[in-house]
Amino acid sequence: MPIHVSLIHFLFISAILFSFGVYAVITRRNAIMVLMGIELILNSANINFIAFGRYGGVSLDGQMASIFVIILAACEAAVALAIVLNIYQQFNTVNVDEINALKE
Amino acid sequence: MTQELLLQLSTAILLLPLLSFLLLIFFGKRLPRQGDAIATSILGVALLTSLVILIAKLSLFHDELLDYTFTWVDFKNVAGIGPLKLDLGIMIDNVTAIMLVVVTMISFVVHLFSTAYMSGDVRYSRYFAYLGFFSFSMLGIVITNNFFLMYVFWELVGISSYLLIGHWYEKKSAADAGKKAFIVNRIGDVGMFIGINILWANFHTLTFDGVFSAMASGHIPFDSNPWLTAAGILIFCGAIGKSAQFPLHVWLPDAMEGPTPVSALIHAATMVAAGVYLVARVFPMMTADALVFIAYIGAITAFISATIAIAQNDIKKVLAYSTVSQLGYMVMGLGVGAYAAGFFHLVTHAAFKAGLFLGSGSVIHAMHYALHHQHDHQTDPQDIRNLGGLKNRMPITFWTFVIYTLAISGIPLTSGFLSKDEILAGTLAFGQLTGHTLIPITGFLVAGLTAFYMFRLVILTFMGEHKDATRVEHLHESPKPMTIPLVILACLCFFAFYSFNPIGASSGWFFHAVERPMSVVPNAVAAASVEVFEEALHHSHATAMYLSLTVAGLGILLAFATYYWKKVNAEAIAKAVAPVHSFLVNKWYFDELYQATAVAGTVGLSRVLGWFDNKVIDGAVNGVGSITKLTSFVSGKFDNIVVDGVVNFLAYLAGFFGLMFRKVQTGRVQTYIAFVLLGVMLLFFMYRGV
Repeated sequence: MPIHVSLIHFLFISAILFSFGVYAVITRRNAIMVLMGIELILNSANINFIAFGRYGGVSLDGQMASIFVIILAACEAAVALAIVLNIYQQFNTVNVDEINALKE
Repeated sequence: MTQELLLQLSTAILLLPLLSFLLLIFFGKRLPRQGDAIATSILGVALLTSLVILIAKLSLFHDELLDYTFTWVDFKNVAGIGPLKLDLGIMIDNVTAIMLVVVTMISFVVHLFSTAYMSGDVRYSRYFAYLGFFSFSMLGIVITNNFFLMYVFWELVGISSYLLIGHWYEKKSAADAGKKAFIVNRIGDVGMFIGINILWANFHTLTFDGVFSAMASGHIPFDSNPWLTAAGILIFCGAIGKSAQFPLHVWLPDAMEGPTPVSALIHAATMVAAGVYLVARVFPMMTADALVFIAYIGAITAFISATIAIAQNDIKKVLAYSTVSQLGYMVMGLGVGAYAAGFFHLVTHAAFKAGLFLGSGSVIHAMHYALHHQHDHQTDPQDIRNLGGLKNRMPITFWTFVIYTLAISGIPLTSGFLSKDEILAGTLAFGQLTGHTLIPITGFLVAGLTAFYMFRLVILTFMGEHKDATRVEHLHESPKPMTIPLVILACLCFFAFYSFNPIGASSGWFFHAVERPMSVVPNAVAAASVEVFEEALHHSHATAMYLSLTVAGLGILLAFATYYWKKVNAEAIAKAVAPVHSFLVNKWYFDELYQATAVAGTVGLSRVLGWFDNKVIDGAVNGVGSITKLTSFVSGKFDNIVVDGVVNFLAYLAGFFGLMFRKVQTGRVQTYIAFVLLGVMLLFFMYRGV
């Protein structure tokens, strides 16, 4: 029986990927890992865009939005890594638990 | 010499002693010899100026009254009363001119005497300053022409007397005597103050001239003769206090605690004479009833104090009671209408009584010196029982003392004879005219008593043998500054200064200068007119002279028989009449009487008032206090527990929630994200169904 791939499967995958991303963002101590979690979240959003674009019957808006997100994600990764690099230079660590200077 | 110049000179006399006071009180310690020479010479200048004034007044303006009046305060028109103003000023009549000389003369000799008597005193310059202040006040009384300034200077005399009596205030008795003199005087002054106020209320003027001319024009206080008599007696109350008349005579003997020259100045010659002077000044407004009252007060005073003087052993106490007695004489003289005689006795008495006091000061000074040499601090130098035989050791003091004693006893050729004789003649005339025979009887009796106790004093002090043979070697005549005043005053005891006729003063300049003023009271209540009185006086004159000589001679004879020839045993008599003797020694128990009534009454009243204050008023205040305390305590507790409790609870609550929520603020972004996630999930589930 051929597996009929439908919108719900994509959304399901996307949700799982989002959850992994959120989990990574919440639990990882390493700032790099947190950034990677954010990438996962962004990608889950991309899957959603593309899925709605394919099955929603609405031109190519979804694909366009996801390409836009990828570009932004690249920019964001560049900026975020630069921040992390600076934090490392400042605190000598990239462990987010130890960087709590804003608390006081 | 014009009248203006005379008035200016008399103002200068008034201000000179004030200058002396101000100089000495501010710079006394820095002046050479602590300023005594300056003070004495200032008084010397004042004395010479007074003599100039007296001579000018008598020779140029004999019958004129020199007056200078100015308006001090003008109240303009006062609703319901009309124009109201207060006039002040000075005036010079013959009485004033004579008094100026008397006051400055006594003050000058006392200054001179004090330079020796007070030397080495701790408050030497202050003493002289107060002497100047006293002289100023006394001259003010003499020179003023109105009741207002009279009262002001009256009180100034009171305060300077207080300061001088209490000069040795380390001694409790001296401090007490000062207070007593001041307070007793104040009692009399209240009467005087009321009397002056009666005059002010009725006449709206206080000048003597204004009051008397208003009365002469028929206007009398409250349109009633009894009020007029009352006003006269009330003003006389001031004289009762100041001149130590019965019943306020008790302060003067105590005032002997002051230095002896002060006793001579204040308590013999000037201050106590102020009362007599006051009576002489207000004489025109006295009704017959008021004059009888005055005469009786004088007679009672003269008699009581003469009897007390017999039994005293302190040399100054004898003289003090003698002074009171002689003041009674003067007041009696004025009361009976012998105006000039009463005033004349004031003048002659001032000289010989000041001399007696200075003489006693000389004796005390010598005794102090001798006792000091013997290191004897027990013997009382003022007790005549410790004296005796000073005649040869202190000849000047002795002979001057004898002259004064002859004068006060009324022996011919002395001034005292002239004045006393006139007064006694006046009492006789008064007795004949009015029937008050008790007054002349008292007068002659007192004359005999005076001669007796004065010669007792002289004999016990100066004659016989001294009690202590070694001490007598140390007794010496006092230095010149002390003997010169004695000689000056002794000279003034001779008749020639007052009248060239040795047995009658009425032809002398004095009686010519001082004439009884016309009465201004309505005829119905006036005393016997001058003409009637003079007529009666003329007849009684010779009788009075022989009678007074007889009683004085008897008194002297008795004194010699008792104390010199020892024919009469004084102690045996004293024992035989022991109750009378102790009655006299204790001064008729006046002090005890006043202690038991007036003083105890005042103290008792004060106690009651004190109790009321302490218990009732303080109790009320304390009660209010404790109620306030209680309410404060309650509201304090309410504040602390309820109000603070609410505030604290809120703060605690805030703190509690703060602590709780603080835990959430971990500072970890990841935690926040987890919360965000939870929140989104919560919202999702909440609005799922919508």
